Amino acid sequence: MSNKAIVYREVGEGSGFFLLLALFGAIMAVGALAFFHMEHEGHHVTGMNNQVVWGLPHVFAIFLIVAASGALNVGSIGTVFRKPLYQPMGRLSALVAIALLLGGLAVLVLDLGRPDRLIVAMTHYNFRSIFAWNIILYNGFLALAGLYIWTMMDRKLKALYPYAGFAAFSWRLILTMGTGSIFGFLVVRQFYDSAIMAPLFIAMSFALGLAVFILVLYASFAFTGRPLGDRVLNRLRYLLAVFIGAVLFLELMRHLAGLYVARRHGVEQFILSDGGIYTQLFWVGQVFLGALVPLSLIFCRRLAGNHLSLLVACVLVILGGFAQLYVILIGGQAYPLELFPNATVESRFFDGRISDYVPSVWELMLGLGGVALSLLVVTIGVRILRFLPVSLSDEVLGSDHP
Amino acid sequence: MSDRLQPVTAGHPNQVDTYRRRFMAGITGAAAMATLAPGIILREAGAAGVDVTPRSPEQPVTSTVRWGMLIDVERLSDGGEAMVAACRNEHGWGDDPEASPAQQAQWIRTVKVTDKLTQHSFTLPVMCQHCEKPPCVDVCPTGASMKRADGIVQVNKHICIGCRYCMMACPYKARSFVHEPLTDQRPHSPRGMGTVESCNLCVHRIDAGQLPACAEAAPHAVIFGDLNDPDSRISQAVRELGGTQIRADLALNTGVRYLNI
Repeated sequence: MSNKAIVYREVGEGSGFFLLLALFGAIMAVGALAFFHMEHEGHHVTGMNNQVVWGLPHVFAIFLIVAASGALNVGSIGTVFRKPLYQPMGRLSALVAIALLLGGLAVLVLDLGRPDRLIVAMTHYNFRSIFAWNIILYNGFLALAGLYIWTMMDRKLKALYPYAGFAAFSWRLILTMGTGSIFGFLVVRQFYDSAIMAPLFIAMSFALGLAVFILVLYASFAFTGRPLGDRVLNRLRYLLAVFIGAVLFLELMRHLAGLYVARRHGVEQFILSDGGIYTQLFWVGQVFLGALVPLSLIFCRRLAGNHLSLLVACVLVILGGFAQLYVILIGGQAYPLELFPNATVESRFFDGRISDYVPSVWELMLGLGGVALSLLVVTIGVRILRFLPVSLSDEVLGSDHP
Repeated sequence: MSDRLQPVTAGHPNQVDTYRRRFMAGITGAAAMATLAPGIILREAGAAGVDVTPRSPEQPVTSTVRWGMLIDVERLSDGGEAMVAACRNEHGWGDDPEASPAQQAQWIRTVKVTDKLTQHSFTLPVMCQHCEKPPCVDVCPTGASMKRADGIVQVNKHICIGCRYCMMACPYKARSFVHEPLTDQRPHSPRGMGTVESCNLCVHRIDAGQLPACAEAAPHAVIFGDLNDPDSRISQAVRELGGTQIRADLALNTGVRYLNI
């Protein structure tokens, strides 16, 4: 449990709170408008088609879902790995996790062809489907993260705290494994079809979730005038670097394996060299801006203790994560299916051709609506319950928080 | 030429025989095709419809039957365009007013295949291959993507939520998503907006004792029937002539088989 010296308090009812509510509410309204338009007109108003069947909404949804499980990590490090420095952030960590998951699920569900049949998805399960398992994992995650928060806030449940923390941590690992396996189990798509998708998504969740968490932590402390010391920020800063490195390593292994296997040469060449927007997003977005620049910002000695450089690194990691998911999702679909190995194929149905995909504004609106929902939940959460410590200054954390 | 008639043991494809058959077919070329194989196909297909008997609504579908289709690509002078046209007419897809070309449905299409090395080329119709182990059924979260007991793979339009995961999983790009509200649909083939659809082997026709529309449109090149019945014309034909699967490496054991690809 968190140190006794840590005091938690709700955010005050200032104009900033209502301003944020209005802002996020407005973006959500825009997202809702996009949903109703797509639901009424059908998906022909989107850029998605019968070749690229998952588009920008799925990039947003999977980003938020993956980041959700990663955001819980901060709490888990305190609870499961018993690092006292992280324990005061456990409540916020679980709140951000729940908020991100709700946002991601909202986008995912509202993009369905038949969102009105959500109840069908809840009542008809095909247990061979990793997608069906994910539905169960998402719901379980929400329940466990809620229980975890409860044990952190209610002294009467203090005895359950380590168990709830361990359960939530285990569950989140399985959840992200499941999300990665949605792609890893797609045997026929050459860019997916690999067990490495599960650990890759777990590593991505660590990096993306932590980046989002740092930004939320910093913003909420800055907006409410609460002190946030360098010890916490530096610890999170170097943790972020480890996670960025893990993602890079797994991506390296994935592409090296792809380059080694003859039947994957085509798709690897497409993504790494000939893929136009996908190649640019991979090298410039994901690798350079999303990993190398943040690592430089984190390890540059001149920037040690510089808050702005950490915040920029976090923003870049998030943008890099979007680029990475865009390349995986859209790039992986844009490359044609291989009907006949060692042969070229052509048809009226775009066989053998790189598929075009240009996201529509409706898809962007829906995705941003999901982000706004996540931020709205955090904003309301810290207003009505004691999620935020009054201070995380170096003095408050003291020597009890190595 | 007698090698072409050597039976291949079911479930244990004899590779030597396969290679020998291909080799013989290669050297005898057009002569072989003009005499023996087409003769069998033509003769069998000439009696089209005999293998399909009507089923009353009370009569359950059983797994004693496995519907399948054998398509002789060399006998499709149009590459299968007539089959595509028959399917479009039967199910009413392919002309959705709002959809972009990439968003149009395509239950069956003709694909031109050219070997990169030899430049040997052929055109074949590709639709749902009605796999014994369909990936689309495995991945569907609600079970809407389903395989009927008689081997027909189709979408239960009542519980499809439109997630499109089956489209991601299908190796044959056989599935389409309905991108807009539709009117004037065929009563026997509803196409609901926001759901996924694909070839269902004209299940409504099979249950009424008729051939699938595409098979009827190419009687000289297609045999349709029960793969589980060793005496059916399709079973005899695949036993005699083989029946190649597209992406056989995926081990899906497709119900749609091809000759001369």
